[in-house]
Amino acid sequence: MKNQWEHAVGLFGLVLLMIGSYQGLFVAPPDRFMGDVMRIMYVHVPTAWVTLLVFTMVFFVSIAWLIRGTWRWDALQESGTEVGVVLGCLLLCQGSIWARPTWGVWWDWDPRLTTTAVLVLAFGAILALRTFIDDPKRRATLTAVASIVAYVDVPIVYFSVRWWRSLHQVQSSPNTVDGSMVTPLRINAFAMLFIAIWFIARRYRIARQRLAEEMKELEAA
Amino acid sequence: MKRNKLWAIGALFVSGSALAYIAVGDLGENLVYYWSPTEMVAAKQKAVGATIRLGGLVEPGSLVPTGHTLNFRVTDGTTTVPVTTQEVPPQMFREGIGVVVEGTVDGAGQFTSKRMMVKHDNEYRAPTDGSTPSNAAMFGTMDEG
Repeated sequence: MKNQWEHAVGLFGLVLLMIGSYQGLFVAPPDRFMGDVMRIMYVHVPTAWVTLLVFTMVFFVSIAWLIRGTWRWDALQESGTEVGVVLGCLLLCQGSIWARPTWGVWWDWDPRLTTTAVLVLAFGAILALRTFIDDPKRRATLTAVASIVAYVDVPIVYFSVRWWRSLHQVQSSPNTVDGSMVTPLRINAFAMLFIAIWFIARRYRIARQRLAEEMKELEAA
Repeated sequence: MKRNKLWAIGALFVSGSALAYIAVGDLGENLVYYWSPTEMVAAKQKAVGATIRLGGLVEPGSLVPTGHTLNFRVTDGTTTVPVTTQEVPPQMFREGIGVVVEGTVDGAGQFTSKRMMVKHDNEYRAPTDGSTPSNAAMFGTMDEG
């Protein structure tokens, strides 16, 4: 099997996700007020971390493209953005499912939720932008610039709960989470990270192949 | 690739200054997700009539359900505002917890809520026998950013 390293990473991530979710669902205790609803935290928080991490990677590969002009950075920009947007959509759905029984509403325009929605929409727009530009170099440069500008929202999402009043709670720390709940959270965080790496690597290969095809067509023309 | 480096510097400059503006600027002053009872009472007529959000703690002992109406008081420790609602409260709703209520306030200072939200803090704890939530944890839900 070719490209075994990424499949190994992905499968490892899936196994971790099963272990972490099993612990989260069956081993860890329920929350004293929220009961079993809080168990969604074991996927929601890791998804949030990995989403912000993936967009951080997009930020750096965008800078790398602008400085180096090597195609691998553009392909990583494309694959990272796509995986990040999918994760971001998952994040919003998970949060919404948790919010209805806890807050009483599916959605509200609080700073954390609004800035996260903006983040997903901004990078979704960058994906759309990619499809509008035919010239590969122009496309890579413009989407890299757009990604660097859109990335400004990532620290805003992270600090939104500290800077402004919000409905969303501030970040938890091991001090505010029972020890029995920390372990499944950590396992799932690594699980999501490995799965994201797997997806990005797979998507990267598609992006490289498409780029190669485009180059061939451009040369033939 | 020289032009691209200029693009990189330009983009970094734009996002950096936007972040600085939002982080240190006074955006929070104009963009308030909810008002505290003290702020709402201080705003007087400015608060009356418009749909606003009020955030605070459900004052212990203030909860009075009568028929389909729920009356309680929201407090920030200094000022207390009476709230009435016909909405079904979220299951987490209880005395002492942080809430954000959306609705209107009348000239007499009576708040009518059409949408109620319960604020959960960042604590996740296993239940213990006969444990009661501490007051400090409750106030934690209303930490200001």
